[in-house]
Amino acid sequence: MSAVDLLRFALGALRGHRLRTSLTLLGMAIGVGAVILLTALGEGARGYVTNEFMALGSNLLIVLPGKTETTGNAPILGGTTRPLTLEDCEAIQRRVPRVRRLAPLSVGSARVGHRDLRREVTVLGSTPDLLPVRHLQIGIGRFLPDVELDRGAPVAVIGRTVQGELFGTENPLGQAIRIGDWRFRVIGVMAAKGQSLGINMDDVVIVPVSSALRLFNQPSLFRILIEVGAHSEIDAARRDVMRVLRERHDNEEDVTVLTQDSVLGAFNRILGALTLALAGIAAISLSVAGIGIMNVMLVSVSERTPEIGLLKALGAPPRQILKTFLIEAILLSAVGGLLGLLIGYAGSAVLAQAFPALPAHPPGWAVTAALLVSLAAGALFGVLPARRAARLYPVVALAGR
Amino acid sequence: MIELQGLSRHFEVGDQIVRALQDIHLEIPDGDYLALMGPSGSGKSTLLHILGCLDRPTSGRYVLDGREVGSLPEDELAEVRSRKIGFVFQFFHLIPRLTAAENVELPMIIAGVRPAERRERVETSLRAVGLTDRAAHRPDQLSGGQRQRVAIARATVMGPSILLADEPTGNLDRASGFEVIELIEKMNREGLTLVVVTHDPEVGQRARHILKIVDGRISSDGRAA
Repeated sequence: MSAVDLLRFALGALRGHRLRTSLTLLGMAIGVGAVILLTALGEGARGYVTNEFMALGSNLLIVLPGKTETTGNAPILGGTTRPLTLEDCEAIQRRVPRVRRLAPLSVGSARVGHRDLRREVTVLGSTPDLLPVRHLQIGIGRFLPDVELDRGAPVAVIGRTVQGELFGTENPLGQAIRIGDWRFRVIGVMAAKGQSLGINMDDVVIVPVSSALRLFNQPSLFRILIEVGAHSEIDAARRDVMRVLRERHDNEEDVTVLTQDSVLGAFNRILGALTLALAGIAAISLSVAGIGIMNVMLVSVSERTPEIGLLKALGAPPRQILKTFLIEAILLSAVGGLLGLLIGYAGSAVLAQAFPALPAHPPGWAVTAALLVSLAAGALFGVLPARRAARLYPVVALAGR
Repeated sequence: MIELQGLSRHFEVGDQIVRALQDIHLEIPDGDYLALMGPSGSGKSTLLHILGCLDRPTSGRYVLDGREVGSLPEDELAEVRSRKIGFVFQFFHLIPRLTAAENVELPMIIAGVRPAERRERVETSLRAVGLTDRAAHRPDQLSGGQRQRVAIARATVMGPSILLADEPTGNLDRASGFEVIELIEKMNREGLTLVVVTHDPEVGQRARHILKIVDGRISSDGRAA
């Protein structure tokens, strides 16, 4: 029996049971589609985070108080740490020439009010350099004034949401707002930015850093963001910053300096694991589909027992019967797998359309693996029924018992 | 030429041994027309299955055209069935999803005959059974007699030397049964060895050579007048 004849015979047999064949195909398609779609989702999440970080620029150092033993994650329990102060910032700026820009960051939450309206808002304290370092844009008015670090000024720049909630259609520029018990004058409104690294940049108020420290009565900065001239200098700059801070902190290394790469690497590892976990879950549906194929083939063998008997009477050796049924099973899984590929890609396209920020492209390894596994499942789960068919005793099979 | 020497076939059913055939001696010369008759359960179907290499004797020899085939491995038995033997069954055993032509083509597909040659031989065979105009019909679009004639075309398309018919008229009305018998008798006259299992005396009487089997033994082996 030639390959073409085998294929045609198997196709004919599958077409003979349209409903059963299409349901089995559906099972396999959902299995493969799930693998592709879920891994696309995981990869999309990773791509999203990577993009977010890249938007910050790849030559960014982040200094935070406290020391962690490992790199990557922010310290949760820092032990007794010295504060990270504005003097530290000045020292870095003065003594590390590789630093191009530096923006101290103080973060707190405060009630911000204008006339009768009040809103609980994240308040950021920083300097004019925050704008280029974080790639932010001013909408109307201007950003923080360029004054000495330790000189506060009662001025504030507000985010879009804050503007809308507190001022409505009114022009906010030059108006007074209350932050906690202090009065500030609005000098600018940020351009709409949306979510950036976990902070909704539209729902913030930005004030000069020393004002923020006084406002929250904090001795220490939350972060120092440092932009280095070029990506190649980032490791040297990191060492220099560490050295300066160690000298200033009684020779104790009590700060953590993260590079963009290390943070990104940590996220990549976490999200890579997430993708694998999703693939694992989807693989379960793939194996269920494989068992579905076995089930259908077993039913098919017992239903077509007289036909198998006839094939034997017409001179088909056992190996040929085995091949016929095996090819049927593999056809089921292969066509199902291709349908799943379609479903997976179509679903990813819909996802990418619905959430443009999420680059949901199925990774090549997942697509290949899903297709190979579906084929293997067809072959593996087809063997048992096919062998059962091949071993049928011709006389008994002919009688249909 | 078929020779059976001391052939027996026993089945184990539970802890009992059923002796379906016992010590059968038989010679069927080429071109013979043999009727196997006997009550149901007498062993005549078992004998037909052994003759058709679908079943193996428990003991004794089955020599087909000078070759002992009773103890061949399954693959070689399949080859013998493919080349030398044609089967016609009481219930036709056509594959319902295939057309008449495709059903006839099946043994050649199994044997690996080239497609061009297959088409030619399908046409010849269907013409021989008078069903050229029904080639594209599926079995459920054919009458019982037509189905059995498709089955005969299928059984003879590989050019076997023996045609084994198991109650070929058992599922047909008298008229179409008669047509089917006429058809295979015509093929017999052209040299095909014909073995018919039947319990219809009217069909059996037509054979040149009638074998009565009772309880697994040949009770009478006679030539018709």
